[in-house]
Amino acid sequence: MKICGPKLSLCGLIISVWGIVQLVLMGLFFYIHSVALIEDLPLEEEYHSLELFYSAANAAYSQNAYNCWIAACIYVVTLLFSAQQFYMNSRVTAN
Amino acid sequence: MGSLFRSEEMTLCQLFLQSEAAYACVSELGELGLVQFRDLNPDVNAFQRKFVNEVRRCDEMERKLRYLEKEIKKDGIPMLDTGESPEAPQPREMIDLEATFEKLENELREVNQNAEALKRNFLELTELKHILRKTQVFFDESVPTIYKSTSHSSKYRRYLQMADNQNEDEQAQLLGEEGVRASQPGQNLKLGFVAGVILREKLPAFERMLWRACRGNVFLRQAMIESPLEDPTNGDQVYKSVFIIFFQGDQLKSRVKKICEGFRATLYPCPEAPADRREMAMGVMTRIEDLNTVLGQTQDHRHRVLVAAAKNLKNWFVKVRKIKAIYHTLNLFNLDVTQKCLIAECWVPLLDIETIQLALRRGTERSGSSVPPILNRMQTFENPPTYNRTNKFTKAFQALIDAYGVANYREMNPAPYTIITFPFLFAIMFGDLGHGAIMALFGLWMIRKEKGLAAQKTDNEIWNIFFGGRYIIFLMGVFSMYTGMIYNDIFSKSLNIFGSHWHLSYNKSTVMDNKELQLNPGTSDYEGTPYPFGMDPIWQIAGANKIIFHNAYKMKISIIFGVIHMTFGVIMSWHNHTYFRNRLSLVYEFIPQLLFLLLLFSYMVLLMFIKWNRYAATNPMPYSESCAPSILITFIDMVLFNKPKDPPEGCKVYMFSGQGFFQSLFVLLAICCIPVMLLGKPIKIMQARKLANEEVQPITGATSDAEVGGVSNGSASHGGGGDQHDEEEISEIFIHQGIHTIEYVLGSVSHTASYLRLWALSLAHAQLADVLWTMVLSTGLKQEGWLGGIMLTIVFAFWAILTIGILVLMEGLSAFLHTLRLHWVEFQSKFYMGQGYAFQPFAFDAIIENGSASSGEAD
Repeated sequence: MKICGPKLSLCGLIISVWGIVQLVLMGLFFYIHSVALIEDLPLEEEYHSLELFYSAANAAYSQNAYNCWIAACIYVVTLLFSAQQFYMNSRVTAN
Repeated sequence: MGSLFRSEEMTLCQLFLQSEAAYACVSELGELGLVQFRDLNPDVNAFQRKFVNEVRRCDEMERKLRYLEKEIKKDGIPMLDTGESPEAPQPREMIDLEATFEKLENELREVNQNAEALKRNFLELTELKHILRKTQVFFDESVPTIYKSTSHSSKYRRYLQMADNQNEDEQAQLLGEEGVRASQPGQNLKLGFVAGVILREKLPAFERMLWRACRGNVFLRQAMIESPLEDPTNGDQVYKSVFIIFFQGDQLKSRVKKICEGFRATLYPCPEAPADRREMAMGVMTRIEDLNTVLGQTQDHRHRVLVAAAKNLKNWFVKVRKIKAIYHTLNLFNLDVTQKCLIAECWVPLLDIETIQLALRRGTERSGSSVPPILNRMQTFENPPTYNRTNKFTKAFQALIDAYGVANYREMNPAPYTIITFPFLFAIMFGDLGHGAIMALFGLWMIRKEKGLAAQKTDNEIWNIFFGGRYIIFLMGVFSMYTGMIYNDIFSKSLNIFGSHWHLSYNKSTVMDNKELQLNPGTSDYEGTPYPFGMDPIWQIAGANKIIFHNAYKMKISIIFGVIHMTFGVIMSWHNHTYFRNRLSLVYEFIPQLLFLLLLFSYMVLLMFIKWNRYAATNPMPYSESCAPSILITFIDMVLFNKPKDPPEGCKVYMFSGQGFFQSLFVLLAICCIPVMLLGKPIKIMQARKLANEEVQPITGATSDAEVGGVSNGSASHGGGGDQHDEEEISEIFIHQGIHTIEYVLGSVSHTASYLRLWALSLAHAQLADVLWTMVLSTGLKQEGWLGGIMLTIVFAFWAILTIGILVLMEGLSAFLHTLRLHWVEFQSKFYMGQGYAFQPFAFDAIIENGSASSGEAD
């Protein structure tokens, strides 16, 4: 079954590969609580106590890590889909 | 060796070719592609040359081939392109080729004519078919719409019969009640009608025209033909409509017909009786069937002819273009008095004379001639063309240089240095590990797939530019990855690989109570040793002074690299002066120029290093961080001889002892360089001229031995380069030197400042990457809950596309252009004249490559 054209499937292929690599790595960095990514966490402006902040930050870190990995998994799906489409397209042009 | 650093040594040669052997020899030289022929009879117009007839025949053949190619493309038949280039055929083969092409063309034209006639026929029949079908509908549908009102008198009839009852019935039906009412008994009402087909877009105008011209006395029905019809003349798909017009009387009939003619509607005879119509429809159908089979056969025949032609077409093109190029070249030659011999003049790279001799010998052997061709070196005062031998790697860099101006003959070629400096200066502006990696991967892919990509030639100009610069792109990407690591930027985030060397020493309550805190490098906050490679990642989270810190660093390195780059350019001019034995320029231009640059700007660079080296937060008072002077202020004070402002308490004005003295000395020396640059050379020239009394002596040392080049001089004067320099007026020399000096002195100030673009673009790139991350990707990351994963997927794709589009493509392009400018203006202005003309050898490869473009230029 052919849905995407050759260009769109190639674009999907590239973005998927890129997405998988970058999101898996970013998930890893969130997982090890990388300070560089703290601005990307869904945190409040102010917390009243340190413990509150820590627990919120820890939760947000792991949540973000999982979200990144989920996104990476979705990109695995789009990768497979694009690859299949790309294959179909290349077979059509080969004939 | 050394060919990369300077252009090849060229020599002008005279070539005597025997008439019979000339064709074969030129063909061999064309395959070789190392000889640039000069036009020896420029005054003769194209139609008076010797081989004009042959060139014309080739043109005719090319036209036929183009016609064939057009037809082949129209049918979408793949053309076989083996990429091999057959040798130029013998002149006698030309007749065979001509005959073949003639036959093919005639055959094809005939087939096309037949096909067109058949198609027209087919179109007419299809239209007729549609007319018959649609009119049937018109006649049919009138039946149920008209009903009898029983209350009326008996002369009204009831029309509920089928339409094919009787002819009068139909007419009555069509007229409806009104018509029937009008028709008196005994007076036979005769309604006529015409049916035809018209272009759909003309229909509204047609209808209006009919209404006006016939005063509303005609009745028009129309129906669209849903499927498009093919126009036989140009093969377009057109939409048409069927119409049928009812009218009464002959006058109206002729009027209607004229209108139809005017609107180019085609009218078809449509029988009045339904039975006839049905019969006709059957007849039309069978004829369409027949015609279809004939059409199919014609198409098959055409296809066969074209497929056979497509196999050889590229080959033929190459052959014809080669023949044409050879005759065109032969037209440039002089004919000997005895008509036995052709004389050519050509520029030849000195190193290749052997290969050219060999090729000529091969050519003679092939033509079976006994007299060998003679290749004679000539003396000339003309400037030879510039020929830089390149390979696929250096070609793109050479192209960048040549785009500014082709180097003078044997001038220093900046291309080899550009191979490193270009990607490096680019990378300073484009420093980001992520973006660099994307660019490098793209370049690497193009390099790896080089052969395949080169084989599929496209006309896509943008792609060709990218592909031509694949090695530049790859190098730019790799260098950007390096600077990205130095800046510690990957998509605007930092990597903490070795562990930051800064630590937080504040206690809990301080951190809780303060909004912003500083880390003091003088205390234990800083380990005392820098981060092992590149920027410390701590700076990425230093929201308040990250940019300030980066600016100080990036501004300084851009000036440092700029000054090094410019000094390098000035040193290149030394190579030029020594090579051309230009002692005057060496002493009175190069030395003061270098001194000026070193004393002012390299000194400023030196101050930066001293400042970096001497001052630190941990040092005691005179060298602590608070005492560090501003380099820019110091430099301005130095040049303007200002008295420096009093330093803060406990600090010193100068960084090292005697700085004030040295600074004044340097500035004075630099100022002294200016009059030397300005006046030294002209005064020396003036003196030399006076010494030589009235005798005019060229300065550059070329002897004016007029006899040597005397033979060729007559024809040489209209070649590419100009003749020997005439003696310049002394006043002009002064003016030139003045302009040159002012340009250099002001230039070195403005050019140094110009290198600050390295900093500005690097800052802009980093900030733009940061903005893109926080504005786009961050919104995806900040989604709470599990739905964030799906959001992140979408946002990431968006971010990725923007990253490619804005940061890699657009920013990359802007950084590329700025780098190009830095090379063309700031670097090359120091040594590069760029006023030569390029060596354009007679080569079949190039001629076939840009096929019609160059062959069109030939006549």
